Amino acid sequence: MSAATLSRRGFISASLLAGGGLLFDLNVPVARAADGTPVILTAFIRILPDNRVVIGAKNAEIGQGAKTMLPMMIAEELGVDWSQVTIEQTHADAKIFGGQSAGGSRTTPREWLPTRQAGAAARAMLVAAAAQGWGVAPETLKTSAGKVIDPKSGKSATYASLAAVAAKLPAPDPATLKLTDSADFRIIGQSVGGVDTPAIVAGKPLFGIDFKLPNMLYAVLETCPAFGGTMKSANLDAVKALPGVAHVLTIKGDGTPESGFEGVAILSKSWWSANQAREALKIDWDVSAVSGFSTESYASQAAAKRKGKADADIVRTGDVDAAFASAVKTVTADYDYPFLAHGTLEPQNCTALFKDGAVEIWAPTQNPESGRALVAKALNLPPEKIRINFTRIGGGFGRRLMNDYMVQAASIAAQLPGVPVKLLWTRQQDIQRDFYRPAGWHGFRAALDKGGKLTAFHDHFVTFGKDGKPVRSAEMPASELPVGLIDNVLLEQSFLATNMPTGWLRAPGSNALGFVTQAFLDEVAQAAGKDLPTLMLDLFSDPKALPRGPNQPPFVTARAKGVIEKAIAMGDWANRKTLPKGSGKGFAFYYSHMGYFAEVVEVAIVDGVPKVKTVWVAGDVGSQIINPINALHQAQGSVIEGLGQALAGQQITQVAGAVEQANYDTHPYLRINDAPQIIVEFVKTDYPPTGLGEPALPPVIPALVNAIYAATGKRIRTLPVTAEMLA
Amino acid sequence: MAISFTVNGQKRQVDGDSAKPLLWVLREDLDMVGTKFGCGAGLCGACTVHVGGEAVRSCQTPLGDVAGKAITTIEGVQAGDAGKRIAAAWVKHDVPQCGYCQAGQIMSATALLATTPKPSDEEIDAAMMGNLCRCSTYVRIRAAIKDAAGIKDMQA
Repeated sequence: MSAATLSRRGFISASLLAGGGLLFDLNVPVARAADGTPVILTAFIRILPDNRVVIGAKNAEIGQGAKTMLPMMIAEELGVDWSQVTIEQTHADAKIFGGQSAGGSRTTPREWLPTRQAGAAARAMLVAAAAQGWGVAPETLKTSAGKVIDPKSGKSATYASLAAVAAKLPAPDPATLKLTDSADFRIIGQSVGGVDTPAIVAGKPLFGIDFKLPNMLYAVLETCPAFGGTMKSANLDAVKALPGVAHVLTIKGDGTPESGFEGVAILSKSWWSANQAREALKIDWDVSAVSGFSTESYASQAAAKRKGKADADIVRTGDVDAAFASAVKTVTADYDYPFLAHGTLEPQNCTALFKDGAVEIWAPTQNPESGRALVAKALNLPPEKIRINFTRIGGGFGRRLMNDYMVQAASIAAQLPGVPVKLLWTRQQDIQRDFYRPAGWHGFRAALDKGGKLTAFHDHFVTFGKDGKPVRSAEMPASELPVGLIDNVLLEQSFLATNMPTGWLRAPGSNALGFVTQAFLDEVAQAAGKDLPTLMLDLFSDPKALPRGPNQPPFVTARAKGVIEKAIAMGDWANRKTLPKGSGKGFAFYYSHMGYFAEVVEVAIVDGVPKVKTVWVAGDVGSQIINPINALHQAQGSVIEGLGQALAGQQITQVAGAVEQANYDTHPYLRINDAPQIIVEFVKTDYPPTGLGEPALPPVIPALVNAIYAATGKRIRTLPVTAEMLA
Repeated sequence: MAISFTVNGQKRQVDGDSAKPLLWVLREDLDMVGTKFGCGAGLCGACTVHVGGEAVRSCQTPLGDVAGKAITTIEGVQAGDAGKRIAAAWVKHDVPQCGYCQAGQIMSATALLATTPKPSDEEIDAAMMGNLCRCSTYVRIRAAIKDAAGIKDMQA
């Protein structure tokens, strides 16, 4: 039985460190609302003999700020000053540390309670130690800057001096701990810079690509450009004979993109040499099974599907047919968007060392446990024979929730026991071997009554699927708005087959569904003779809590109203018609990852090209912004990333089963000259804090295209935006 | 063929293929991994270093081209006045998110301030457009450059 299932109370242990410090190993269980399964959090805290404090950062850091934020929460409750604290990245092991993934904006809601409880538990033991020594009641004592203080006697003791006594005390029950009142927060709610910022600025080795071991070999890997192609033959011997090449070997894969397709690895002491040798590699691929997949074919199939009967319902409420039959006005429009790559600036890489029947891995991964399971299967190893160390991650965006590169590196290393191997992809491979945000096509209809009220909503979503189910990240939730807000809704889907691996891109699902639903509702609002904020406020006028998926809080209409009202005030929406010709403002609201966001975009058309001037962002992620500077950064980054999806020219296209784009010239992102002014405000509401990595992204795309409509009268129904669409 | 140059003021000599890009010479032969590999095609700027004071893409600069030249990398850029001010502003504005592009951003920004002590918005854009930040930290990059240059930024 693992520690995670030992007890609902969990355990907290304190032990003396050599030299007189104190180590807290804190396991705090928290019952999950859905099934009651206790989730265990371990946070290690070391009190050093000189009273400095080391706090373990247990989550993957992709630039979302978890490595700073979680230790802030521990330090707050532990009663130490941030200046006393140093942060250490832990390794990856769910059995010890609980959830460590970086995805779905889930870190904040998952950790808000247990992480603070961990700090409070350690503090309680130190206070108890002092109380025992002084013969006073623990409740009468205070803590400050790593000291326990008795206000009555004026005595104080450093945490370090209490180590020997605290180590022998029984652990408190986390449920009995009183957490700090938000009015008394000293660290939570303060802007704290990233703990790695000084090291980044100094160019220190932090990232996966920087990690080195003695006698390490570098590997480049060639896999089939058309996903799912199989190897017929390869000139391995010719490549082996090239100067500087140490090994040439094949890895099998298991035919799935998740475990990495089969390929040829070339190893050298120099990655550059190995990659030069790759130019001489000739592989004959059999692509006959997958060469029929292409963007052109998807488009024509989707057009036909969208006209026909859908394959399956997603959700059907009320009587949609009757509502359309009695409609005074009907609005119809077709929308679509392309596949997208992630383009993390640090290309996929992983270092692995196989030795004595075990493998150690150093990986920039957002999701280590999924990687462990895949490596265990590929190498036929028990999971406990796989140690995974986190490196800092040069961009995640959901790409590194997949661990294909980890399986590949481990599979290469397993063939060279005792030799550390670093696999590094080229940029071209990174763009061409991704798990892509899937393309999608929507056929919308909306019915209005004579008062301009929305009475029915219909979307026929053509997406990618297999065996009657959407593929990864190609789903539309059955709770997609306006479900629950109006009586008659039909969301249905049809499926296309593809060989493209698909995956989660920042605000998955929502980054596309936000665009199409809010852009279409802007058309509906116009047909109804009102603006989109008014239409949305009408829809949210009844106080409701709409159920969402399992483990998700309900959607609260009052919170949606709050951010809409805030955004239109911030963006001076009422006076939008006073803008000069060729300029316009657009609005959108979207709820994703438990965050409510409303945004106003101001755009001007300059020489036929949309130039975004200002974006106003109003967000509600609950009662507390834990690290305000990082919250602002997440919102700014989300906004510019969303604008880039619409304006930079991003799209992944496919010919004969393979991706056409290969680098940042053909799959571009916005640059500094396109960064607008971004004004962010948070509406505080009395709900537990939720995450900010994603929810600011989805509304900016529809707000932008709605602004382009206001400026030009042209509806953008296809991404990316091109000059021809505005001509 | 042995090629000599200086990196951050220190004499270095590398015996290798003169076609090998400076990026990989730094990372592999000199064990200086602060300079980053992003695209290998001069499209992202992550590998930016200074050669003779000028910002160049080290992935597009063959070893053979730097014989006798003075190279500055992220590891040494704070030895100069502009580099010191830029690095301090980067920390003050907490510019990085993932941080991977920031070595290149700092090298481009430092080269800009060294030649243009008070850059205009247009000059900042022109100098920094070659540096992709996938996390989109551009708002703070602009603010940090202005701060380092002693320019009041109405928007920051």
